[in-house]
Amino acid sequence: MKQVDLVIIGGGPAGMAAAVAARENGLEDILIIERDNALGGILRQCIHNGFGLHRFGEELTGPEYAARYETEVEALGIPYLLNTIVTAITPDRVVTAMNSEDGVFSVQAKAIVLAMGCRERSRGALNIPGNRPAGVYSAGAAQKFVNMKGYLPGRKVVILGSGDIGLIMARRMTLEGAEVQAVCEVMPYSGGLQRNIQQCLKDFDIPLYLSHTVTEIHGKERVTGVTVSKVDEQRRPVAGSEMYFACNTLLLSVGLIPENELTKGADIPLDPITGGALVDESRQTATEGIFACGNVLHVHDLVDYVSEEAALAGKAAADYVLAGAAGDSPRRVIAAGAVRYTVPQTIRRTDKDVTVYFRVGSPCTAATVRVTCGDVELLKKKKPKMAPGEMESVTLKADKLIACSGDITVSVEV
Amino acid sequence: MYDVAIIGGGVVGGMLARELSRYQLSVVILEKEYDVAMGASKANSGIVHGGFDAKPDTLKARLNVRGCEMMPTVAAELGVPYRNNGSLVVAQDEESLAAVRELYQRGVENGVPAITVLDEAALRELAPAVKGIAALYAPSAGIVCPYTLTVAAIGNAMDNGVELRRGFGVDRIEKTTDGYVLYAAEDTVETRYVVNAAGVHADDIARLVRDDYFRITPRAGEYILLDKEAGCVVEQTVFGAPSKMGKGILVSPTTHGNLLLGPTATDIENKEDTATTYEGLQKVIGGANRMVEGVPVGKAITSFCGLRSTPDRYDFIIEPSPSNPHFLHLAGIESPGLSSSPAIAEYAVELLGQMGLALTKKTDFNPIRERVDAFRHLSDEEKNEIIRKDSRYGRIVCRCEQVTEGEIVAAIHRNPGATDTDGIKRRTRGGMGRCQGGFCQPVVAEILARELGIPLQQVTKSGGSSYLLTDKTK
Ligand SMILES: Cc1cc2nc3c(=O)[nH]c(=O)nc-3n(C[C@H](O)[C@H](O)[C@H](O)COP(=O)(O)OP(=O)(O)OC[C@H]3O[C@@H](n4cnc5c(N)ncnc54)[C@H](O)[C@@H]3O)c2cc1C
Ligand SMILES: Cc1cc2nc3c(=O)[nH]c(=O)nc-3n(C[C@H](O)[C@H](O)[C@H](O)COP(=O)(O)OP(=O)(O)OC[C@H]3O[C@@H](n4cnc5c(N)ncnc54)[C@H](O)[C@@H]3O)c2cc1C
Repeated sequence: MKQVDLVIIGGGPAGMAAAVAARENGLEDILIIERDNALGGILRQCIHNGFGLHRFGEELTGPEYAARYETEVEALGIPYLLNTIVTAITPDRVVTAMNSEDGVFSVQAKAIVLAMGCRERSRGALNIPGNRPAGVYSAGAAQKFVNMKGYLPGRKVVILGSGDIGLIMARRMTLEGAEVQAVCEVMPYSGGLQRNIQQCLKDFDIPLYLSHTVTEIHGKERVTGVTVSKVDEQRRPVAGSEMYFACNTLLLSVGLIPENELTKGADIPLDPITGGALVDESRQTATEGIFACGNVLHVHDLVDYVSEEAALAGKAAADYVLAGAAGDSPRRVIAAGAVRYTVPQTIRRTDKDVTVYFRVGSPCTAATVRVTCGDVELLKKKKPKMAPGEMESVTLKADKLIACSGDITVSVEV
Repeated sequence: MYDVAIIGGGVVGGMLARELSRYQLSVVILEKEYDVAMGASKANSGIVHGGFDAKPDTLKARLNVRGCEMMPTVAAELGVPYRNNGSLVVAQDEESLAAVRELYQRGVENGVPAITVLDEAALRELAPAVKGIAALYAPSAGIVCPYTLTVAAIGNAMDNGVELRRGFGVDRIEKTTDGYVLYAAEDTVETRYVVNAAGVHADDIARLVRDDYFRITPRAGEYILLDKEAGCVVEQTVFGAPSKMGKGILVSPTTHGNLLLGPTATDIENKEDTATTYEGLQKVIGGANRMVEGVPVGKAITSFCGLRSTPDRYDFIIEPSPSNPHFLHLAGIESPGLSSSPAIAEYAVELLGQMGLALTKKTDFNPIRERVDAFRHLSDEEKNEIIRKDSRYGRIVCRCEQVTEGEIVAAIHRNPGATDTDGIKRRTRGGMGRCQGGFCQPVVAEILARELGIPLQQVTKSGGSSYLLTDKTK
């Protein structure tokens, strides 16, 4: 079996940034495996701008942002395989993949970085009643048709879900001459970024119906309309509140799910809330030598944070191959109060500052973020406003971490 | 002039076509939709019933027991996924226990092999997730993939010479001196014998020849299908015992490893209305939770609805037309029609023989059809051999179900060829996994356009005007 020091699964922004960081930290023998016909991941179809403000201090389009990393991967001469899908991995790091030239083959890796990204939730997961005609697409599939294939999936559109992809597609479809009649969101607030609500809906006078959902899809062959209803606090449709929209297309932007089939296949423990692996501060999973970063670990709203996280994972993977396992036993990071989850979920090494990312479960104002370890308060800060759609972070100082022991609690109180 | 025209490309028409293709006959299947298996045969529970449900001395009872016995062989010949997983009818109180005992008696009378009543402890041991005080256990019951069975039966029939005309909705029938002329909007077919296997429309077809003596009522059954991750909650097919509340919701693994919940039972008026409803889906969830512990209903990947052809008498209507010679009705084939289908075909051939159809066996009938999913069951070495010859087998198109381009192309070109994305789905499972085609539908559409030589904009989801794309971008 072929031996490789580090195999990176997925050549999106996470995979590329991990590869670059691993090489910069002294690792020579790296292989990126990507199932698509080019590097770049989901960014290839995100032709809008708004990428890279944090990372490069300028506004880039998705493909431009990806191109920066591709250039680095090429310049560093990091090998990659395209059109190659990883079909299985094992806990002792055998990677099995397939493509049309080499057929099915396996590689023994010393370390693996999981960077497979995420996929969109489908209609089925929502149990929307009605018919099953053509014209119901995930927003990402519609984005691929429009931006990469040059086809419009439909002309009269209703969008369910106000996640960022839905918002971006509302604008995109409008610019292509389609009529976007409404964006419906089952929650009383949008899960998308504030700037996208402004730039993609308000600027185009597209109405956003909060606490509303699609309760029936009409049309036998192609969508002819949808029924939209108000929902109560338990998200049950309210009888009598039905509105009918005639349309030929329904786009769904109802959440992203980290693509962890390979991870599950290798029995790597997952966090039921993020849908990604449980990791320590270096993004090592509970299985030694296997790391995870990017949207496969938890869904990020900005690619800049993906790159940042992937650099951590890439460096840690290089260190692991070159210097062996970091031995300290992990301390848990516990989400409390309004905090829904944290990444990382454990902290192993306390010789460096650790940034803990988290999201709140529902919007809050005048909140206090507190990080404690037993009776010791490690950090406290005020936040005027927080929303589930925006990822937050706290940086824990190494000297404070060393000075205490035991589990660390991150909480938000309102 | 055909010898036999079969109206309806469901599992009943399909199995009969295959049975007739053993003989020196010219046979045509006429199907109003753009693909086969578009009626009840694609949207049902997929259970091969043991045969304890039907009243003794009915066609239903006899053909079910016989069909259940034939199914493993037929499925193996046709390369269709079948699993003998056994079934449980669960009693949760004294009333339903009485019903279970009655079903046991019927089962014994109908000749269902090895049927037993399990007490609570035995039930717990066999199926720990099931909540009940007792259950009827039928080890001979199984599960089969119903649309794969239908596609394969028709494909095998076509390989043996049967013709298929799609988009042929019979709307007028004319009697001639030596047979019939069947009319569709833009086409006609002449035939000596006619078999009416039009499912929920069988009474409409009968009325075209003035047989106005039975009625078929569509009875809707809604389902929720869960992700493969949920598949292992139960091993057997679990039915609720019949009670005042009705027949109850079943929880069953499918042959592909998903978990199926359903069906409801609601009489409706429109024979084309397969929409799911909010109330229906809630009922399915409630029913499943009542009977089985820990059903992860949140892992739904799709929901759907099928229409039972409920006749106005207790039994299947399998009989020659009383007033039209050479005209056979296979009507009112509600559950257990799928289980019975091989036996219905056998019996229908017998009846056609009695009606005068000359039955001379062919010498070159080939009962075997290669599995559609043959590729994924090969060893890595065998896969590599195929990939070396045809590199399209090395390219995965549907990521969730790991379906390759090679398999999709094969599904377009082998009998009966897929012509739309739903057709690809039913034949290869491409697009049937947890993302429901979110990733692969654009690619599948491109492959269809290329292989069929049509523009991408003409590719449909399910024939007719179910176009996927409406315009080019600016
Ligand atoms: C539609 C959309 C719009 C967005 N808009 C913005 C925005 O405006 N601004 C912003 O900052 N961020 C945006 N984002 C977020 C940003 O694009 C993502 O955070 C980022 O792309 C995630 O990077 P990733 O590498 O983790 O995943 P991906 O980009 O998804 O890359 C994963 C890669 O792994 C490959 N892969 C997966 N499984 C396998 C396997 N088994 N074998 C081989 N290869 C595999 C995939 O093909 C893919 O190339 C958007 C995201 C989406 C989906
Ligand atoms: C909810 C539900 C659950 C079920 N569960 C089970 C089960 O678990 N086990 C079991 O054994 N059975 C089950 N059944 C029963 C089984 O599905 C049916 O008995 C079987 O599929 C009937 O097959 P068919 O070929 O008669 O009908 P169909 O599959 O409906 O085929 C009839 C065909 O005729 C075509 N047609 C109609 N009119 C015309 C026309 N004018 N011209 C040309 N073509 C026409 C239709 O388009 C259709 O394709 C269930 C049924 C339902 C609805």
